[in-house]
Amino acid sequence: LAHGSGGKAMRELVEQLFVTEFNNPLLAALEDQAVVPLDELQQQGTRLAFTTDSYVVNPLFFPGGSIGELAVHGTINDLAMSGARPLFLSCGMILEEGLSIDTLGEVVSRMKHAAREAGVVIVTGDTKVVERGAADKLFVNTAGIGVIRHDVAISATRARPGDVVITNGYIGDHGIAILLARNELALESSVESDTQPLHELVQEMVRVCPDIHCLRDATRGGIATVLNEFAASSNVGIHLSEAAIPVHETVRGACEILGLDPLYLANEGKLVAIVPREQADPIVEAMRTHPAGRDSAIIGEVKETPNGAVVMATAFGGTRVVDTLIGDQLPRIC
Amino acid sequence: MKQETVVRLRVTVEGTVQGVGFRPFTFRVAQQLGVAGWITNSSRGALLELEGPVGAVETFLVRLQTEAPATAKVDRLTVEPASPMGETVFGIRDSEGAGARRLVVPPDLAICADCLRELSDPMDRRYRYPFLTCTQCGPRVSLITDIPYDRANTTMSRFELCMSCRVEYEDPTNRRFHAEPIACPACGPRLALWDVQGHEVAREQEALQQACEIIRQGGIVAVKGIGGFQLWVDARSDTAVQRLRLRKTRPDKPFAVLFPSVSAVRESCRVAPEEEVLLLSPGAPIVLLRQRNHSGLVQSVSSNTPFVGAMVPSSPLHHLLMTELQGPAVATSGNRSDEPIVIDEQEALVRLAGIADAFLVHDRAIARPVDDSIVRVVEGETLILRRARGYVPRSIRVQAPLTNGSAMVPILAVGGHLKNTIALAYGDRVMLSQHLGDLSTLEAFEAFRRAVDDLQRLLAVQPQVVACDLHPDYRSTIFAQEFAERHAVPPVRVQHHHAHVASCMAEHNLDGEVLGVAWDGGGSGSDGTIWGGEFLIAGYPGFRRLAHLRPFRLPGGEAAMRKPWRCAFSVLWETYGEKGAVEACAARQSVKKEGDALAALLHRGIASPWTTSMGRLFDAVSSIAGLCDEASFEGQAAMALEFAAERYEKNVPGDETGYPFAVMRNDGNQAMWVADWRPLIESLIKERREGSSSERIAYRFHLALVDLIGQIAEHATLPRVVLTGGCFQNVLLLRLARRRLARAGFTVYSHRQVPPNDGGLSLGQAIVAAHRSGEK
Ligand SMILES: [Fe+3]
Ligand SMILES: [Mg+2]
Ligand SMILES: [Zn+2]
Ligand SMILES: [Zn+2]
Repeated sequence: LAHGSGGKAMRELVEQLFVTEFNNPLLAALEDQAVVPLDELQQQGTRLAFTTDSYVVNPLFFPGGSIGELAVHGTINDLAMSGARPLFLSCGMILEEGLSIDTLGEVVSRMKHAAREAGVVIVTGDTKVVERGAADKLFVNTAGIGVIRHDVAISATRARPGDVVITNGYIGDHGIAILLARNELALESSVESDTQPLHELVQEMVRVCPDIHCLRDATRGGIATVLNEFAASSNVGIHLSEAAIPVHETVRGACEILGLDPLYLANEGKLVAIVPREQADPIVEAMRTHPAGRDSAIIGEVKETPNGAVVMATAFGGTRVVDTLIGDQLPRIC
Repeated sequence: MKQETVVRLRVTVEGTVQGVGFRPFTFRVAQQLGVAGWITNSSRGALLELEGPVGAVETFLVRLQTEAPATAKVDRLTVEPASPMGETVFGIRDSEGAGARRLVVPPDLAICADCLRELSDPMDRRYRYPFLTCTQCGPRVSLITDIPYDRANTTMSRFELCMSCRVEYEDPTNRRFHAEPIACPACGPRLALWDVQGHEVAREQEALQQACEIIRQGGIVAVKGIGGFQLWVDARSDTAVQRLRLRKTRPDKPFAVLFPSVSAVRESCRVAPEEEVLLLSPGAPIVLLRQRNHSGLVQSVSSNTPFVGAMVPSSPLHHLLMTELQGPAVATSGNRSDEPIVIDEQEALVRLAGIADAFLVHDRAIARPVDDSIVRVVEGETLILRRARGYVPRSIRVQAPLTNGSAMVPILAVGGHLKNTIALAYGDRVMLSQHLGDLSTLEAFEAFRRAVDDLQRLLAVQPQVVACDLHPDYRSTIFAQEFAERHAVPPVRVQHHHAHVASCMAEHNLDGEVLGVAWDGGGSGSDGTIWGGEFLIAGYPGFRRLAHLRPFRLPGGEAAMRKPWRCAFSVLWETYGEKGAVEACAARQSVKKEGDALAALLHRGIASPWTTSMGRLFDAVSSIAGLCDEASFEGQAAMALEFAAERYEKNVPGDETGYPFAVMRNDGNQAMWVADWRPLIESLIKERREGSSSERIAYRFHLALVDLIGQIAEHATLPRVVLTGGCFQNVLLLRLARRRLARAGFTVYSHRQVPPNDGGLSLGQAIVAAHRSGEK
């Protein structure tokens, strides 16, 4: 692609690509905005959820996905974590001069598939090409709109002593997959990114238990960071059990070599939920029936203390404080 | 005869004067001299009014200081004149609660000779009673819940004194006059033996005997001691010791051993006079002693180290158990590694579940965990490795450091992350908490938070400054930040190695600037890398980095610390490049497995922070010398190197030299020196190939470090050199460095009151913060 947008041929090329790939009536209208009838939305819930996120990843393609899936799944998941049913996405792209049209085509095509599989529609979009060096190959921004059922009230402040902590499967896969893809680390790399949409899983969870207390996708900073946010916002102590947290052997092995902790690794298809104890078993059961929740597990519980902190019963029988880390996991051992 | 003038004085005594028999002592002296008046405990210490002939009162004041009980410590005496009131008797008054608290809480004290005699006297009413104490001995800090130190403010408050005990307690001429934890079989705490479910299976003497029977059978008994639980097994049974290792997940780290007596210690270890004094001191610490060849202990007790952590009974309960067992027992902290010891029997059932086979408990509560202290003797001086029972909460006086003689505003210093201690500084003293452990563990962090509250309450001091480390992810740093916000006090962040140097300076009351050799496993540097092989020109307010080791990477960060061979690989990589490093490590199993991955990490600098750590250089050399590739406890590889070097020292030729360091000016900063260890690595690799023993390599490495210190000291041209940081737990290094520096005319200072490791950081942080906040 050449820099200096506005060129007619170039615009047509991109429009063509978007319209044919994303193919839907709202986008095909090629207006400067998508127009959505309200009554359709109202049938699905009482409140609107609206979010945006930008996606930057190196490399663009990695085992288990690409920036395209991330951009669709990430925004869907952000909507889903409020209990919303995601409906529409926008797509903005910053392209670095010199990016091949094939690469762009591949990303767009992957976005198309991801959106279709998730049942959301990409209704508006925009692209800009910038000078070489002003961007790194390709940046994607997506915004999304979803609708929340009336009886759902999810919030980071709602964790209560006695509640139970749930996750929907193996953690850390994405973080390790990216690290391995970026740097020929000579590790056996059967690890794939877990990028996946979670809204259907969440709908399933909400169906079983509308009173989910806390819910968040554990992206950057991993489940440790999300749980610390819950603990701080709800002023409770969260107690994890190391043995109960699903981690693939390959991920554990890579962590051992890299000196990393899976609790802090990024995920792109993992959520952490805090739910009332009596609902925990039915929710986990329901989650396991869904492909995105096949390996769901109860990983801990909420207690009064230690106030605002996350701790973990380790395999060795001790109890470790799981902090939010500020440094790059710089060693603390003297 | 001329009538002598009668005077009346009001005397304030500050120091360790409560819970040590100070009041009965003054009563006796007053009676002998015919001095009238009274004494009371106050939150400042002790308060007296004396009335009598001027000569008698003067003599009283002299004897007050020269004849005070051995365990008392008079820090300061303030005397004001008052008007005589015609008083004729001397009395002991109840404690007064009010007033600014300047009390020094006494440490826990080992049983005294008098109590020991009663313990074994069948005619005595406290015969074989595990909780007998008097004013001269027994638990103090581990049962005080508030001050002033009265029975009501201890965990003994719930035991009502029987008639016989009350008489003793109230009789000023009795050894137990106001002995707050006084008790007897009729009115005091009782012993019980519990099974793992917490069901009582035996009581009192029967409990004691059954516990010993379990130990004799090879079982593990959790014993509730003075400052917390200990895990006991027979030190002569390999299966018993191995089982404890397995259950505690502690494969290699040496265990402490309790011996029935000093003469029993002597059968297993060599004991120098200074070491005997330490064993028998009121603190009764674990003393690291050299093991004899046929020590009678199974080898698994101290693994491959030539030392035994030995102690003798310090409480009546320990004496009774030892008398029954008639032989050495492992008595290790009742915890999982790096947690504080368990202090409560219900908690013990949970936290020691799966470890202990039975619990020997009692109903005297422990107010706070106080672990056994660990000490070593170096050239006749005490080196404290873990400062806890018997040493805390003695405060450290810091006079000279405070320029213009002004008192310190109250400062809370929160210490490091591992081996944490905290400190509260005020006036002219710093009070350190007991060793609290690894703050990554919930138990240690909770003990840390309690200690923060504890020190403030016991001293009635509100910190106006909070000092912490530079590392953003130390639990203590995070706490300090929150504390600063909550209480609107300024946080002062102190560089790790600066704090190490300042702590040693403060101990010795040094002022001005010194050369600080701060060598440890690592701490956050001012430039965001991990320092640890540092030479600092340091004063209290600030420091300048004069020299440091050439940096190398830690492949896998903390993982490199558990696997010394990774440090070796990284150091070889810097020396020979990738190919050379792989070749040099080719024979190693561990490298074969992870070597390629590690090479990729180093190649790309992923998850491999830069460090100048001396501790990690020790690890690297220990691995290259074939001594330790993987470590199951902190310092294992460095200890292996130290012990190997020591073995060689016995038959070292007179002309043995150290490996070469290349010391050169830093490219970017001409005022800074860099110690390049690559020539050292090259020579030792060469020598290893030529078949030199691990011992010789280890020794020549130590010599190289000593040469380096000497060389940098010459560059620094400061007359005083401070040796600090965890590496100076290495007695061989400490000894050689001190000699070398002394020979070259330097005055050398090393630690005596606080550990050289991170256990001493809080003292350094406090003193640096005192100077920084004074500047404004
Ligand atoms: Fe340190
Ligand atoms: Mg997001
Ligand atoms: Zn006594
Ligand atoms: Zn009694």
